[in-house]
Amino acid sequence: MKKFGLFIAFAVAACAAANDTFLIRGVDVYPVTGPEVKGVSVLVQDGKIADIGAKIVAPKGMKIVEGKGLRLYPGMIDSNTNLGLSEVGAERVTVDTGELGEFMPQLKALSAVNPESEHFGVVRANGITSVMTFPAAGGRGGRGGGGQQYISGQAALIHMDGWTWEDMEIKRDAAVHFLFPSIASRAGRGGLANVDFADEIALLFGGGSAAGTYTEAKRQYETQVAKVTEFFDNCRQYQKERTANLPGFKRDLKYEAMIPVLEGKVPVAVPAARERAIHDAVAFAEKEHIKIVILAPQELGKEGPELKAKNVPVILGRTEALPENQDAPYDYAESLPGEFYKAGVKIAFGTFDNEFSRNLPYNAARAVAYGLPYDAALKAITINAAEIWGEGDKMGSIEKGKWADLMLVTGDPLETPTQIKALYIKGKEVDLSNKQTRLYQKYLNRP
Amino acid sequence: MKHAFLAGLIALVPLSAEVTVIQNATIMSEGAKGTFKGTIVVENGKITAVGDNVMVPAGATVIDAAGQYVIPGIIDCHSHIAVDGGVNEGSVSVSSMVNIRDVINPEDIAIYRALAGGVTSANILHGSANAIGGQTLVLKMRWGQDAEGMIFQGATPGIKFALGENPKRAGNPQGGRGAAATNARYPATRMGVEDVIREAFNEAKQYKAEWDAYDAQVAKGEHPLPPRKDLKLEPLKEVLEGKRFVHAHCYRSDEILMLIRVADDYGFKIKTFQHVLEGYMVAKEIAAHGAGGSTFSDWWAYKMEAIDAIPYNAAVMTKKGVVSSLNSDDAELMRRLNTEAAKAMKYGGLTREEALALVTINPAKQLGVDNKVGSIEVGKDADIVIYDKDPLSNYAKVQKVWIDGNKYFDRDSDVSGRPLKELEKKKLTDKEKAAMPAPNGRRPQ
Repeated sequence: MKKFGLFIAFAVAACAAANDTFLIRGVDVYPVTGPEVKGVSVLVQDGKIADIGAKIVAPKGMKIVEGKGLRLYPGMIDSNTNLGLSEVGAERVTVDTGELGEFMPQLKALSAVNPESEHFGVVRANGITSVMTFPAAGGRGGRGGGGQQYISGQAALIHMDGWTWEDMEIKRDAAVHFLFPSIASRAGRGGLANVDFADEIALLFGGGSAAGTYTEAKRQYETQVAKVTEFFDNCRQYQKERTANLPGFKRDLKYEAMIPVLEGKVPVAVPAARERAIHDAVAFAEKEHIKIVILAPQELGKEGPELKAKNVPVILGRTEALPENQDAPYDYAESLPGEFYKAGVKIAFGTFDNEFSRNLPYNAARAVAYGLPYDAALKAITINAAEIWGEGDKMGSIEKGKWADLMLVTGDPLETPTQIKALYIKGKEVDLSNKQTRLYQKYLNRP
Repeated sequence: MKHAFLAGLIALVPLSAEVTVIQNATIMSEGAKGTFKGTIVVENGKITAVGDNVMVPAGATVIDAAGQYVIPGIIDCHSHIAVDGGVNEGSVSVSSMVNIRDVINPEDIAIYRALAGGVTSANILHGSANAIGGQTLVLKMRWGQDAEGMIFQGATPGIKFALGENPKRAGNPQGGRGAAATNARYPATRMGVEDVIREAFNEAKQYKAEWDAYDAQVAKGEHPLPPRKDLKLEPLKEVLEGKRFVHAHCYRSDEILMLIRVADDYGFKIKTFQHVLEGYMVAKEIAAHGAGGSTFSDWWAYKMEAIDAIPYNAAVMTKKGVVSSLNSDDAELMRRLNTEAAKAMKYGGLTREEALALVTINPAKQLGVDNKVGSIEVGKDADIVIYDKDPLSNYAKVQKVWIDGNKYFDRDSDVSGRPLKELEKKKLTDKEKAAMPAPNGRRPQ
């Protein structure tokens, strides 16, 4: 308790003297993109990593952070959350995910991010410095929105601190959230969630007790794919007319928002649980010549070679999850990341949640226990995420010239008891206190 | 149909107990001996010797656990697995007449998954739809046995109470701004929840008085007419007599304090406050009442009454003298309560032993079974878990689990048995496929 109090005081003092130029001395650096270097100094200048080495001398008057006995890692990145958009899941008035409308690429998650959300302080206290925040909840679809939605808007890559959402912005259109149709999404979250044996049979072979269901589902799927294809055709047509700039051309906000996707500058992020859904989404992206990122797959199946060959990255969901099927091995979710890794697929992790975003590193750790190499797990919550979302040159590792998004920790950041001693976003020390630490202090001291 | 797949797993169940010795392990006993390197001897389902210098009985099955960790079986103080169908009899505000014991489903795959997460016992609760819910019981995860065989014999039965948003929701389906909704069921507010509990115990006290008078007359050798038996009040009478534990679902400090005062007024005890996310605010009062606190490690903000939850809750309650535990309330979380315990080291600085106690000896105390389970000590049931690594590490995997000295989970057997199960599944799907007349065709009804 005493230690905690001192620590708060230290953090506050650091903020008061806020600058983004300092030297961390005698620290063990884990750059993620290379082997660790022990007992070196890291020079941060104007918010960027200026130098890493044993013999850096701090200019006179420069702030020195003692890193002896501590480790320095790049800040972690959660590749799927609704942070800033959803405060209390059960209270719709506090939730801004899941807008109405079928094709809504013009919606921007970024400008609905509430910088004062209590979640930011809580999540970053565990070393997470940036996240992707998505316009629709979970792996699929919106909450409370009416009917089928295909495009829910633009997902933003944001830093976990800032006075406004503009301060927090890294990239406002890091991805367009695209809910590509899939067959028999009975549970409404893609693929065959908790499918019963009889339904599985029916889906595999047709007929059976659910006869008609499959045929119906397939027809519905084809109608939906046709709708999506028509939308993309319209986007292309718009793009042509826009380029030609003929008289009478009218600007359309929906189509305008799709131009970066058509140009391959912004990927679509597509939830796809099952092998077939993954294949269908990837095939569609290839046909349309657009970049794609797969979200929350529940199985790899035979998709490994295709994902690898086409350089399609995958955002894995929580390993702290039950198997989808009754007869699946008990460690199904824990083992899945290892399978994707072995297939040569580029992976990152998302928690697909706000409440459990702070447990991002523990989800990665669990994958390590069940077959994912440690280095791959660490990359999946740092550099891979940065690269997948198009900012690999600025963040995700400790390298000269990159932003000083750093966490100073007491040990392995994937282990629960490890403490975060300091956190930096663009070289600025971030307050690690939050609503929960304040309530803790207040009631610990209740007489 | 799906149960056919479970056959392979059921085959794991052992036939008889024998002498088992676990050697060279790091034993986190959660008992007086603390953590040490040594040996455990199991005979006839009980732990008969523990220590660093123990004689190995002749003919024993010896397991070399060098480099591995052994802990007492994990106990989940709040679970709804192995329940057939719904867990809420939500039609009435007081549903004390219903009993989870009547709807135990021993084939729920969640039991096996819990075992694979090191859980050996769980408190199976009624839901939280009503102020006074149904009767509850403690199970051991004896996968493969029937419903009766799952029951933790000797554990005190319980009853679920629920405060706050859930019990008032039925009275308030539209979010209620005064106007009563159709089919609204009292109560709709926290005030009403208190009243429902007071009314019920007002009745129960009178009921008990009638029976006490009757029992007194019988004791004197008289032959009076017995009072009419009331199945709703009978369990509440048991609560008043201390024969049934109250496990109360709650969130906010106001409602926790309210229930303590109601219990004081009617002369009964709350055994555990469940969830108790604001327990840290009234830890003093909870400790004074003698109740336990069974909470989540880091759940928060999923509903309004969880907005002031803090992950330091278990640590604060522990430091302020409340016997605390971490529970799951969830078939998934249940599988990793060991690392939930580790969160109390991170948030609040509990020691390793204090942290592990939150999922072993403390829930055993909360369920009144600490004389039987919860620690690795001589005379206790041989409910034991082996991990390959430090159980407080996210990298640790459960290797073996014993209940009453019988091995119910073995990771090696599970993994090596998978191809066979795949084959079994394929046979079944092929058979089903062969029974299909034609693509998209219909089978005769």
